[in-house]
Amino acid sequence: MMDYSKILSSKVTSIKPSGIRKFFDILDEMDDVISLTVGQPDFDTPWHIREAGIYSLEDGRTYYTSNSGLLEFRREVCNYLERRFGLSYIPETEVLCTVGGSEAIDLAMRAILEPGDEVIVVEPSFVCYGPLASLAGGVPVVVNTELKDKFKLTPEKLLAAITDKTKMLVLPYPSNPTGGIMTKDELEKIADIVRDRNIIVLSDEIYAELTYGKKHVSFASLPGMRERTILVSGLSKAYAMTGWRLGYACAPAEIMKQMVKLHQYAIMCAPTTSQYAGIEALRNGDDDIEFMKDSYDQRRRLIHSELKRMGLDSFEPEGAFYIFPNIGKFGMTSEEFCEKLLYSKHVAIVPGTAFGESGEGFARISYAYSVDHIKKALERIEEFINTLK
Amino acid sequence: MKTLDRKVLHLLEEDPKLTAENLATMLDKEVGEIKELIEKYEKNGVIVGYRTLIDWEDTDIENVTALIELKVTPSRDRGYDKVAEKIYKYPEVKDMYLMSGGFDFTVIIEGKTMKEVALFVAEKLAPCEGVISTATHFVLRKYKTEGVVHGAKAAEDKREKGILM
Repeated sequence: MMDYSKILSSKVTSIKPSGIRKFFDILDEMDDVISLTVGQPDFDTPWHIREAGIYSLEDGRTYYTSNSGLLEFRREVCNYLERRFGLSYIPETEVLCTVGGSEAIDLAMRAILEPGDEVIVVEPSFVCYGPLASLAGGVPVVVNTELKDKFKLTPEKLLAAITDKTKMLVLPYPSNPTGGIMTKDELEKIADIVRDRNIIVLSDEIYAELTYGKKHVSFASLPGMRERTILVSGLSKAYAMTGWRLGYACAPAEIMKQMVKLHQYAIMCAPTTSQYAGIEALRNGDDDIEFMKDSYDQRRRLIHSELKRMGLDSFEPEGAFYIFPNIGKFGMTSEEFCEKLLYSKHVAIVPGTAFGESGEGFARISYAYSVDHIKKALERIEEFINTLK
Repeated sequence: MKTLDRKVLHLLEEDPKLTAENLATMLDKEVGEIKELIEKYEKNGVIVGYRTLIDWEDTDIENVTALIELKVTPSRDRGYDKVAEKIYKYPEVKDMYLMSGGFDFTVIIEGKTMKEVALFVAEKLAPCEGVISTATHFVLRKYKTEGVVHGAKAAEDKREKGILM
């Protein structure tokens, strides 16, 4: 008999599976659930982008690309970043096409971290940063953001978390799950802190296109920050291309050289079809972004105002497509609240604790759904809230 | 047309169940302003009506649709409009358009059976004053109507649920 406990890497086995797996298992088994859990756009990829992918297949573009991705794709990434966020990167040496933003995060951590290096992870946030930091040998140091600060990273909290061992700061704004964003002024205060320290900032800007009212400011665009920033993003959220698995990283050439090495051995290259579709998206997709963003914005207003009306307080999200209401006043844990809602009204939302301990007392509601769907879900949520009063 | 007006009309076109209150919240405007705007467009005929799209093919109720090409002689004083008026007044006529090209009108007819539609064309449309000829094309299957793809598959949420993103 194989003793797998002696075979498997303890580095991997020690990574805890997500604490709310149970919740999702229940959800999977239930029928007629109105779900507001999904963290991806509800739009199909715009047709002209899909067509570019299809055409590339018809044209026989079925081979590997260069490790860093098609140069044409990287050039379009640079044009896009310059056009939309005023960033300037060199396509030949500073850009890498990855399998989604997630791969880029993994590569960045593995390229930078030495055993024992501390990685500051802002929470509540997307689930991957801590585990990937650990797997890369780093030590995640969690900074819990708070409702009173609109879940922004404050200079005080950052300073309190920095030690001699701090190597990297993960800056995940606009934020999944809170909908919080960081303005230019707020980012400048963070920049002032990292400026004189040897800290690399991993800026995950996958939701950069989805901000409402205020335009997204890229951390690398701040004075002096380009040299210490690894910008990670992708086409999933902006162009509704999650299934294409297409992302990119931008970083100074010295860092990029190491990231490309890892990518080359583990992945070879991002899917060729996706890269061709991505070229079309980046070149001709600005209108698609505006259209979808407008639609999310309308739903955001609707859901925020309706939740407020029924007594489910939440600050007004300014980015991504989530709202993060405070359910603390009902005297239940996040998981209890979400399970009860699921069992009694067949509406699914995600317990805040899925995104870190500081998510306790909150729940994530995605509004990447049609208005009709959202309205039906809200009706049921209101009925549920009324039973608690 | 103002951006707000365009947005309201587009949203209502997609989903007539949206209330003025919903629209006001979604577009960050006063309810009164939205109500006024909708009334204006209802009165001046830009909002033609509110209908539910029903796919009768998916029910057990018999239904057939035909597209009729009509060639006509325009009337002396009121041109095509007079001929059109005589035709579109029939309740069987669902849509009617004046066309450029090889014929004059496209008329969409709905009936219970092919025979019923054929009789309507033969007995009502063809003898109409000004009508020179008709060509009847029956619809065999509807794939997309009013911008909406038919079938439950088109409306399904294709996203997998069990993943946390």
